Amino acid sequence: MTDQAYNFAYLDEQTKRMIRRAILKALAIPGYQVPFASREMPMPYGWGTGGVQVTAACLTPEDRLKVIDQGSDDTTNAVSIRKFFQRTAGVAITEKTAEATLIQTRHRIPETALTQGQILVYQVPIPEPLRFIEPRETETRKMHELEEYGLMHVKLYEDIARHGQIATSYAYPVRVEGRYVMDPSPIPKFDNPKLGGNAAIQLFGAGREQRIYALPPYTDVVSLDFDDHPFTATKADHGCNICGSIHSYLDEVITDDQGGRIFVCSDTDFCAERQQGTAA
Amino acid sequence: MYVAVKGGEKAIDNAHAWLAEERRGDPSVAELSVPQIREQLKLSVNRVMAEGSLYDPDLAALAIKQSRGDLIEAVFLIRAYRTTLPRFAASNPVETAKMAVDRRISATFKDLPGGQILGPTFDYTHRLLDFKLMAEGELPTAPTAPASGEAVPHVTGLLAQGGLIQPEPQTDEMPPDLTREPLELPANRALRQQALTRGDEGFVLSLAYSTQRGYGRTHAFVGELRIGRVGVSVNIPELGFAVEIGEIELTECETVNQFTGSKTEPPQFTRGYGLVLGQSERKAISVSLVDRALRWAELGEDFIGAPAQDQEFVLSHCDNVQATGFLEHIKLPHYVDFQAELELIRRLRSEAIAEAAE
Repeated sequence: MTDQAYNFAYLDEQTKRMIRRAILKALAIPGYQVPFASREMPMPYGWGTGGVQVTAACLTPEDRLKVIDQGSDDTTNAVSIRKFFQRTAGVAITEKTAEATLIQTRHRIPETALTQGQILVYQVPIPEPLRFIEPRETETRKMHELEEYGLMHVKLYEDIARHGQIATSYAYPVRVEGRYVMDPSPIPKFDNPKLGGNAAIQLFGAGREQRIYALPPYTDVVSLDFDDHPFTATKADHGCNICGSIHSYLDEVITDDQGGRIFVCSDTDFCAERQQGTAA
Repeated sequence: MYVAVKGGEKAIDNAHAWLAEERRGDPSVAELSVPQIREQLKLSVNRVMAEGSLYDPDLAALAIKQSRGDLIEAVFLIRAYRTTLPRFAASNPVETAKMAVDRRISATFKDLPGGQILGPTFDYTHRLLDFKLMAEGELPTAPTAPASGEAVPHVTGLLAQGGLIQPEPQTDEMPPDLTREPLELPANRALRQQALTRGDEGFVLSLAYSTQRGYGRTHAFVGELRIGRVGVSVNIPELGFAVEIGEIELTECETVNQFTGSKTEPPQFTRGYGLVLGQSERKAISVSLVDRALRWAELGEDFIGAPAQDQEFVLSHCDNVQATGFLEHIKLPHYVDFQAELELIRRLRSEAIAEAAE
C-alpha cells in the first residue's frame, strides 16, 4: 500500500472529528480528562500514540511541525514520529521552537517561551494523577467528581515526613484553575512553572488510556505544595558545558569511567540558538 | 568538546535494513510463502485473527511472515491495519446452532443429538517428536465419511428444556463497540466478551486457570465445545432482505457451572460463554471460564477479591497490544526524568549524611 492510500495525517476524517470534539471539550474544562475512542496507531501504545492522534487531529497542510523527545529533536522516537507526519501529512518541519506552529513533545517543555497561536502537544503515559494512590479508574473518577484530593495531599505530606521534602521530581501534580488536579505528564518539575499562564494551547494525549486533557492559553496552574514547604523547581546545580546557560534544564552526560561528567542543555534547539548567538 | 548525540534517523534506517535481512534468514534456504503460513501454521494464523479482531487468513499469514513469527507483533500489525478500514455494515448475529461442525464435544453427556465428533485435535496424541516431519513427508490422508446432515443442537439448549440452566436474557440492543468507544466501567457482558475474545491468549488462559485453582472458583464443566463454519449474513437495505456474504470459522465454548441458588432462585446451572475466531479452543474455554467468574455480581455471588472476578483488572490488562506497547516503552529515553531523580537522590543522601554527621 502506498502512502497515498492513507488520509492526510493518517487518520480518517471521522476519527479526527471525534478527537477534535474531545479536544474542544478538554479546552472547555481545563484539566479534566475527557475519554476518547483512541485508535490503534501504527506505532506501539506507550510510544506517543495519544500525542500522535492529537497532532493528527490538529494538523493542517500549512502547519510547521516540531517533534521533541527529552527536549531533543534527534532522539530516536522523535525522529520516528516526525518521519511519520512527513510521510502521511507532508507538512513542513522545523527544529526551531519559535518557528513551529505545532510542537509534539515527550517529557519536556521547550525553554524558549511559546507564543500565541502555537500548540504544544504532550505525550502522556498515565493521565491520572491519582493512579498510584488509587489504582481503580472507577474510584479516581469519583474522586475528581467530588474534588476529593485529600489523599494526594496526604501522599505529599508523607514524603515530607519521611524525606523532609516532597520526593516527586517529575510528573509533579498540579491544580488547574482551582479545580482539577492534573498530571502534567512526566516533565521534570523544573518545567512546571511554564504550564501556567502560557500563551500557547497545551494539549495532552494518552492513547492507551484513552484520555485527552488540555490547558487553554493563560490558564492558572499551581503545583501542589504546602505553605511551609513551597514548591521549588529544581535542576542540576551547574551551567551548560556547551552554551553556558545557567537557566536551562540540563542532561548529565557521563564522559569516562573515572566519574567524569559534563552537563548540557536538554533542549537542543535552545542550546544551538545560544551557540549561534555567541558565535555571531 | 562534547557534541550532542546526532544521527538518530540514520541509525533507525540501518536498524530497519538489518531487521529485513534477519527476517529473511539464510538466503540459501527457500523463502516462506504467505500461503504456506496460511495453510501449515493455521493455528498461529487463527490466533492472530482472533486477537487482531480481523477475519482474514491471508493478511494474518502476511503479518506472521513480516513479524518473523512474533505473534503479538503480528496481532499489532493486523490491529493497526484494521483500524483504518471503513465499515460498510454490521452483520446479523451468526447462528452457531447451525454451524457446520468439524469438531463438537461435550464433557457433560456421553452421547447426545448430533453426536460427539473429535475432529482434527491434538487431544490423545502422544507428545513425541515426529522426526519424520524433518524430512519431506509423504502426503497424509484421513479417512472420510459423508456428513450425516443431522442437526447439532446446543447442549445448554437441552438443559434449558428442563429449566435446569439459567436462561439468558434475549435482547436486540446493539452491543457497544470496544474499538469505537472508550472503555467505560463497569462494562456489560457483551463488552466484556469483546475484550476477552481479543485479549491475550496467555493472559486469559492464566486467569481461567486461577479460577480452577480456587481464585474465584466456578466449578465449570465443558457443556460443549464446537468448531466449524457459520454463514455471515448482512441486511441489504436496497433489497429488503439478508444476503449471505461468506463463511467464517469459529470456536464456541459453553461451560455449565454450579449455582447453589439464592433466597429467590432455586438451585440451577449457570453458564460461561466463549466465542473466538478460527480454531482456538484453548482460548474459547478460557474465555468462558473468565466470563463466568466475572458474572459474580449478577448471580449474587460473593466477591472474594480474586483477579478473575475483578472486571476492571481483567479488562484493563487483557489486551496484549496495549500491554506490550506500554511495557516496551520503558526502552525509550527517560534521561530527563532520570536526571530529576538523580538530583533528588543526591540531595536526600547529602542531607541524610549531613544529619548523621551532626
